[in-house]
Amino acid sequence: MNHSGHVEYTATGMPNRKLAIWLFLASECMFFGALIATYLIYQGQSLVGPYPEDLFDIPLTTVSTFILLMSSLAMVLAVAAAQKEDLKQTRLWLAVTALMGLTFLGFQAYEYNHFIHAGLTLSVNLFGSTFYVMTGFHGAHVAIGVIWLSSLFAHTFRPVDPKRRALDIEIAGLYWHFVDIVWIVIFTVVYLLGVGG
Amino acid sequence: MATVQESFPTQRAAILPRPKSTTGFWSWVTTVDHKRIGIMYAVTAIFFFLVGGIEALIIRLQLFSPDMNVVSADVFNQLFTMHGTTMVFLAVMPLSAAFFNYLLPLMLGARDVAFPRLNAFSYWLFLFGGIFINTGWFVNAAPAVGWFGYANLTSPAYTPGLATDFWNIGLQILGIGTLVSAFNFIVTIINMRAPGMTLMKMPVFAWTTLVTSFLIIFAFPSVTVGMILLTFDRLFNANFFEVAANADVVLWQHLFWIFGHPEVYILILPAMGIVSEVLPTFARKPLFGYSVMVFSTILIGFLGFAVWSHHMFTVGMGPVVNSIFSLATMAIAIPTGVKIFNWISTLWGGSIRFKAPLLFALGFVWMFMIGGLSGVMHSSAPSNAQQQDTYFVVAHFHYVLIGGAIFALFAGLYYWFPKVTGRLMNEKIGVVNFVLMFIGFNVTFFPMHFLGLMGMPRRIYTYDPALGLQFWNQVSTIGSFILAAGVAVYLYNLAVSLKKGELAGEDPWDARTLEWMLPNPPPVYNFARIPVVSARDEFWARKYEGAPAKEVAAGSEDEEDGIHLPGNSYFPIIMAGMITLFGYGLLYSGALAVAAIILTILSAMGWAFEGVGGTIIYPKGDAE
Amino acid sequence: MVRSGNKLKRIFSIVPLASAVAWAQGAFAQAPQSVFAPAGPVAQTQLNLLSLTLWIAIGIFVVVGSILLYTVIRFRARPGDPIPKQIQGNTTLEVIWTVIPIIILIVIAVPTVRDAFGLASPPPVDDVLNVRVIGYQWWWAFEYPDLGIVTANELRVPVGKVVNLTLESNDVIHSFWVPRLAGKMDVIPNRVNTMWFVAEEAGIYYGQCAEFCGTSHANMRFRVIAQPENEFHAWVEGRRAVEAFSPANDLVARGQAIFESTGTCFACHNVDGTAANGQVGPDLTDFASRTTIAAGLLANTPENLARWLRDPQAVKPGALMPRLPLSDDDIQALTAFLYSLE
Ligand code: HEA
Ligand code: HEA
Ligand code: HEC
Ligand code: CUA
Ligand SMILES: [Cu+2]
Repeated sequence: MNHSGHVEYTATGMPNRKLAIWLFLASECMFFGALIATYLIYQGQSLVGPYPEDLFDIPLTTVSTFILLMSSLAMVLAVAAAQKEDLKQTRLWLAVTALMGLTFLGFQAYEYNHFIHAGLTLSVNLFGSTFYVMTGFHGAHVAIGVIWLSSLFAHTFRPVDPKRRALDIEIAGLYWHFVDIVWIVIFTVVYLLGVGG
Repeated sequence: MATVQESFPTQRAAILPRPKSTTGFWSWVTTVDHKRIGIMYAVTAIFFFLVGGIEALIIRLQLFSPDMNVVSADVFNQLFTMHGTTMVFLAVMPLSAAFFNYLLPLMLGARDVAFPRLNAFSYWLFLFGGIFINTGWFVNAAPAVGWFGYANLTSPAYTPGLATDFWNIGLQILGIGTLVSAFNFIVTIINMRAPGMTLMKMPVFAWTTLVTSFLIIFAFPSVTVGMILLTFDRLFNANFFEVAANADVVLWQHLFWIFGHPEVYILILPAMGIVSEVLPTFARKPLFGYSVMVFSTILIGFLGFAVWSHHMFTVGMGPVVNSIFSLATMAIAIPTGVKIFNWISTLWGGSIRFKAPLLFALGFVWMFMIGGLSGVMHSSAPSNAQQQDTYFVVAHFHYVLIGGAIFALFAGLYYWFPKVTGRLMNEKIGVVNFVLMFIGFNVTFFPMHFLGLMGMPRRIYTYDPALGLQFWNQVSTIGSFILAAGVAVYLYNLAVSLKKGELAGEDPWDARTLEWMLPNPPPVYNFARIPVVSARDEFWARKYEGAPAKEVAAGSEDEEDGIHLPGNSYFPIIMAGMITLFGYGLLYSGALAVAAIILTILSAMGWAFEGVGGTIIYPKGDAE
Repeated sequence: MVRSGNKLKRIFSIVPLASAVAWAQGAFAQAPQSVFAPAGPVAQTQLNLLSLTLWIAIGIFVVVGSILLYTVIRFRARPGDPIPKQIQGNTTLEVIWTVIPIIILIVIAVPTVRDAFGLASPPPVDDVLNVRVIGYQWWWAFEYPDLGIVTANELRVPVGKVVNLTLESNDVIHSFWVPRLAGKMDVIPNRVNTMWFVAEEAGIYYGQCAEFCGTSHANMRFRVIAQPENEFHAWVEGRRAVEAFSPANDLVARGQAIFESTGTCFACHNVDGTAANGQVGPDLTDFASRTTIAAGLLANTPENLARWLRDPQAVKPGALMPRLPLSDDDIQALTAFLYSLE
């Protein structure tokens, strides 16, 4: 009697946890919306430098953005594999997704390091405050995603009902895609449209 | 209640075993039963209500006359800050949550909420967050920035020390708990309704809970971001609200009120839901205009997001913005008015039984209307310039918050007391309770309308004797003690009725909704077999309209002969504790903060891999 | 018949209600900071709007409240009541009580928008008085940029003239509110707000900070003193005639010496014609002509001044003027000096 294997009865047919993650992401939209709005409100308001145009290295960030974007593809493959109950492929793509997430974080760490040396700290001006807090919270989301994916990866070595596993991974995937999309918005608004603004 | 229990096999060794006890202290600490959690919410919220009430009484004493020296200016400022914060976040919201918790699964015909452990987690975050905010009192650092903590008074330059941090970080801890419970309730309502209960057959209380929870998930992030920014300013020298760095301090006001206005509907919608349950029962008529009620609740929810700047009419936003927000605000009177008229129509033609719950519900309709009407007076921006930040506003919001929310919550406390305890509240004492609170409330707060228009600003610890404000302040202070006496009578009634209250039997009010089909108090598993719903007022329909009493076994095949009860768990309280520890770490020690983060992650993993646990229970004989 | 009699009674009950409200308004208008005693067009317009909404609110409450009362009395349970008819709703009714409030709200909305725009900018006249208001924790500075004078806590204006204010803050958010002249406007750091008013009668108008701004928010009061044009000009001229201050007697001279000695008053206060040009505290050039001390808190009397100088925080919690080690003699001298500052 494997209890965790049963498909729970729900009035809509959508599993509870999946519905919950959708609601969570809706709430997160407001969260990042407020952070991005704050960034925009303070754009061009800094009294002293460094300013965005002094620092942003668009090609570099494009690369890290691309990696994060591709990680979503890997995530899709992981979900698909899990749904096909293909354990090997699931492991592979979970690992790839997590590694790409880590790479993105590496780029971010490099970027922060570079910016700090160029004089942009949290306290120096409004740009520093808004930039670090917004991208920092995004980075924290990626980090949590990486931890999540890693534990799912570890979990693949345990005997779990495959349907349940597929759902677990699908839910993590929703989160991961969301974090990705948020970055696309940040990248567009902050890096691409922001410079010179 | 003859039941057979069988412990449910845990799948694998977990970090901590599932706790086993079903009675005693630890069974409450580790409980995941929505009914127990509901009771814990109620008890804690009433406790904080008393704390906030005592703070209010000290405020009233200090304002009795211009030369009172009950407290110093600084303590007074701490008192109203903590009073507002406590009442809003630690009394009314959690008291509403108590009703959500206890009642929703029963009303929906479910065994529990969607995520029982998350539910416990929310409660612990509420409790710990409340303690965190109140820590200030014990380390001589209670916040004094007002309950909406306008920047830049919250900057370290103007409020050094930890006081503002206790407020700021404590509210974030609470916020996580509130958000989590909102997700939980939405999923519960959307997914866990009994077969046959379409959305439009749900009790209105479920609807108001649903809309409230949506308001929470969309409104809280805004203030959370505001508070995060403030945290970075205060702890890490960021510049979000630092004037010297060219910050715009009004940003805080937007972030706060985009949350703050929906918040007031978060406070009132559950109350409206309660009243919409109580009035039909005691008028013995269905709620008039159910679908319009539902629609107006949704509309209020939507409009609630479009009016936040009516708290900022005097910020200098210009006539265009002010006009837009004036009109949007006024529009809310329409769906709200519809509700009032529908409640009256529910009573019309009924057979009204004047029991304590009904008295409180009627008091609600009455006084909420007064508060709503003064709200409409505020909404006219040009005249708001004479009202903003005066006692006229204080009068408005206490009419909607006490006359509205608190009275409705009391109606609910009286109405569902037999459900929870199996005993009736003493009716005579209940009437005394109501009369004292009704009179005390109006004597306290009606004069505040006068005071405001006579030029008394709010948040002043003393006033110029030349202003002629003394008389009405004295009336108000006297009223507040009558009100407090009313609350004390409630506590007395509670104590008496818990011990010696008349046994309620089944269905003491001749009620209409599913929860009353269960024994009082309900068994742990709620419904032995899940009812199949065919009507809006299912219980009534079964009693009087010959609706078929159909039932099914819930869930999957393997439950056919038994009910799986989720196991208790240590992790909700542990994880909530770790998050709270992180808060203290931020203020006292970086090492503690880092340790707390790691422990939080670990407890999250322990939680995730805890395994199912629980028991299978075989109800015997009490299936109808 | 009986029914219409009831109706009549109900209509007549509005008369005593109305007169009670009128009486109350009259009584409340006595209060010096009352919204019900407007003394200028801005406050008057705002009161008109407030009255409109107030009467509508009272009207709705009386009507709906009566219906509610009637309902609960009329339909109270009686022994042997049958089960009431289970009515689910009534579309016509529901439409009606959606439409009526809409109409009522339009009645409020139209003048709201009209006045929002009407009051946003002052009447287009040339002859205006410009004043820069600066909020400090917990007092007010008033600068007359066109007249070149600065004063504190008491804003003098000529009767009948449009006064244009620009509002700025030195520290946190405050709010400038003189109920009898105009509704409030917030005073926000990093922003410049504007408002205007006209005082139509000579007199002293009480005002008070209306946004919580820290410990002594309650004590951040001020006065607007509206004077006939000629008196106002006399005051302005007196204030502008900046000549070197010459002490009238020894005591005053000693007071001035203390005032100007290092580390004391002059570091924070300005007095035209002396070495004191501090910018931290209120300008004291015309101190003797003020009616109050410490932002409207105390009447301006020698005893009160001595109390203030002895221990500012004891008078006004949190006051940002330090408690200086002054002997009674020092205080006497300082008092003499300060009261020679007309
Ligand atoms: C439960 C909480 C609650 C509720 C339900 C409301 C409801 C409303 N509030 Fe209130 N409000 C607060 C809590 C609440 N408020 C709080 C806490 C503050 C102060 C915060 C602070 O500064 O600390 C505040 C402040 C506040 C302000 C800012 C005041 C100021 O600071 O200057 C305004 C301005 O527009 C306002 C308006 C309204 C309106 C229009 C409604 C409407 O929803 C009311 C609608 C109801 C009715 C109108 C009555 C019934 C209707 C009829 C009988 C139909 C016919 C009526 C008409 C046609 C008019 N409120
Ligand atoms: C739901 C919310 C809520 C509730 C229920 C209340 C309840 C009360 N409030 Fe409320 N109040 C606010 C929300 C609320 N308030 C908010 C948001 C503010 C704004 C804060 C700010 O400006 O930042 C405010 C501000 C505020 C002020 C203005 C302060 C100021 O601006 O300076 C005043 C003044 O009178 C006041 C009075 C009261 C009183 C007398 C009660 C009474 O109803 C209290 C009744 C309860 C009791 C009296 C408790 C009973 C106690 C006993 C019976 C004793 C038992 C003893 C033991 C068991 C030991 N409140
Ligand atoms: C560190 C700055 C500082 C010093 C030094 C200082 N003051 Fe002040 N003073 C202030 C401030 C700030 C206020 C406004 C306090 C308030 O009303 O909240 C004030 C207010 C006053 C007032 C009341 C003014 C009014 O218009 O109401 C008088 C009078 C006064 N000071 C006199 C003195 C004298 C005399 C001395 C020296 C013995 C002195 N001050 C030293 C800062 C200072
Ligand atoms: Cu300045 Cu309150
Ligand atoms: Cu509001």
